[in-house]
Amino acid sequence: MITFTNNSDSEEEPCNERTSLMSAESPPVPSYQDGLQAPEAGEAQTHRKRRTGSGRSPSSAANGSTSGSSLPVRESAQENEEEELTLKYGAKHVIMLFVPVTLCMIVVVATIKSVRFYTEKNGQLIYTPFSEDTPSVGQRLLNSVLNTIVMISVIVVMTVFLVLLYKYRCYKFIHGWLILSSLMLLFLFTYIYLGEVLKTYNVAMDYPTLILIIWNFGAVGMICIHWKGPLQLQQAYLIMISALMALVFIKYLPEWSAWVILGAISIYDLMAVLCPKGPLRMLVETAQERNEPIFPALIYSSAMMWTVGMAKPDAAARGPSQQMWDTAEDGRVNHRSPLHSNSEILETRTPGTTHPVTSLEELEEEERGVKLGLGDFIFYSVLVGKAAATASGDWNTTLACFVAILIGLCLTLLLLAVFKKALPALPISITFGLVFYFSTDNLVRPFMDTLASHQLYI
Amino acid sequence: MGAAMFFGCAGVAFGPALALVLLTVAAEPLRVIILVAGAFFWLVSLLLASLIWFVSVRLSDREDARLQFGLLVFGAAVSVLLQELFRFAYFKLLKKADEGLAMVSEDGRSPISLKQMAYVSGLSFGIISGVFSVINILADSMGPGVVGIHGDSPYYFLTSAFLTMALVFLHTFWGVIFFDACEKRRYWCLGLVVASHLVTSGLTFLNPWYEASLVPIYIIVVCMGAWAFFTAGGSIHNVLKCLSCKREEDSHVMMYSALRVPLED
Repeated sequence: MITFTNNSDSEEEPCNERTSLMSAESPPVPSYQDGLQAPEAGEAQTHRKRRTGSGRSPSSAANGSTSGSSLPVRESAQENEEEELTLKYGAKHVIMLFVPVTLCMIVVVATIKSVRFYTEKNGQLIYTPFSEDTPSVGQRLLNSVLNTIVMISVIVVMTVFLVLLYKYRCYKFIHGWLILSSLMLLFLFTYIYLGEVLKTYNVAMDYPTLILIIWNFGAVGMICIHWKGPLQLQQAYLIMISALMALVFIKYLPEWSAWVILGAISIYDLMAVLCPKGPLRMLVETAQERNEPIFPALIYSSAMMWTVGMAKPDAAARGPSQQMWDTAEDGRVNHRSPLHSNSEILETRTPGTTHPVTSLEELEEEERGVKLGLGDFIFYSVLVGKAAATASGDWNTTLACFVAILIGLCLTLLLLAVFKKALPALPISITFGLVFYFSTDNLVRPFMDTLASHQLYI
Repeated sequence: MGAAMFFGCAGVAFGPALALVLLTVAAEPLRVIILVAGAFFWLVSLLLASLIWFVSVRLSDREDARLQFGLLVFGAAVSVLLQELFRFAYFKLLKKADEGLAMVSEDGRSPISLKQMAYVSGLSFGIISGVFSVINILADSMGPGVVGIHGDSPYYFLTSAFLTMALVFLHTFWGVIFFDACEKRRYWCLGLVVASHLVTSGLTFLNPWYEASLVPIYIIVVCMGAWAFFTAGGSIHNVLKCLSCKREEDSHVMMYSALRVPLED
């Protein structure tokens, strides 16, 4: 996933983030970018660096080295500390990603298992033009490979287009594109989803109620995602739109094509993020050069802010208090500059204790959450959802894929902590997921079924 | 059948596991990761065992029911041995991780002790093993139907649930004992754990003669529980102290006053 930096709303200082890019993927109309940002242990360092005036945005290892050159003395000491912080908070970041990924998968699996609509075959998308209804296995395989080629080419073209738009600063166009795609998701797909759920449970709903519900849901979603909103609400909306998109893929991708596409997209992701001329990498580098935050609207962020003291009248907290705040526009960047913190404070919720105001603005020790692109959510959910839909009513396969994906995510985050640069999130998880799907479906299932029929336990 | 059976059996099978997870594991991110990774290791062991069984079935005569049952027994035994092997592999991994964590931590101590890791890994093996054994049965219990029309036991669901609960406990206890045995190099303990796992699995072959299978399995659970308790450092004294809810304020006060004296000088 490509992550975009949206500079039009980055009022405050450039995002000093360690951005790690994750898999690239651009679905039909909208292009969903993923980005994974490294645990912001480095954030604290860069924050201090910023205070000393070197305001750099370390977006990757390259940046780390450039900022290192400016402050050589503090660098080594900071690096050690950074190392510790990274690993210490690493486990927390893993859980901060486990939870939303799990939630998204639960929504998708629950829908697949209960709503018939998403497992019925009702045609295919134009991105997979070849039909799989052929009698021979070879023909079917060939068709699925061709479908994959078409789909991946579409994704590549859209990604490159997006990168070009970004390079030539057509921010309005990108904005418009993303707004259009989230409009479609939040209104049209939600309407279809709600309709199918109501049909499944045979619940009647009149149109005025429906319009009210859909309108409110969609409008609040648009505001939360593209503008400002409470962090958890925004996270919830992002999870929901990922689930909706995954359900669309599960419904409209033919069987074999879906698996081949999953495999191909992890390879593409790997190449796009790691190769020097990969579009995603170019995107990150461009964002770094311009010192802009990565585009926020299509990245899931789990930001957590630890403030030591703030000069704001409300929501000041002494000591580490978890203030969840979020503005969709600035990409979970440090909201440090006092001029702009005010607007952010309005959205701040302090679930913890609120202490009286301190008039001194002390050092904000900030820890940024991790970011994961929505495309990753989508493809993880597609894998698990397809496992739930097609594994002959077997729950073991679904669970095995679920565990495999979580472990892949864990390993990816570990690598992230080690390499501290942009990494694709799809390859490891999808590989594990595919291996576990096929092996559990074909090997484990008969074994466990036979054991269960004799009520044997191993 | 129906929702009552489903919720009842699910509660019996996973109630203790859920409680343990919520109370002891869910709050700590590191433990959650160890839980998920343990599940992964168990899955890999199951995969290999299924592969072996599958290959052996493919190569054999499908019509011979006795042979097939024999191969199933063989598959189950291989699976048990592989599970223990992967438990050992997980021990090795966690040991290394423990050292790594200790190295990078601020005070030189790892944030999680090996005993805690043993417990969480045992719990993870138990949960994933239980889930894989019983989830399809639970899913079927939600739907319509009557159990045992063809002469099988009507208590299939309930006994499955109880067996699963026993398995969850057993794996937890085995995890604690196993890691401690590996740490202290007491190989006879290891052998005993593996043997008890094989015996437990073997006892399930006596199903549906539930008196002969469930009762001994629960006896094994209690024994293993006691063994794990003493291995983890528990003692009768601890239990009594915990039950009496007495507070240890006196010694602290004494220590404090002992500390204060030099300062005031």
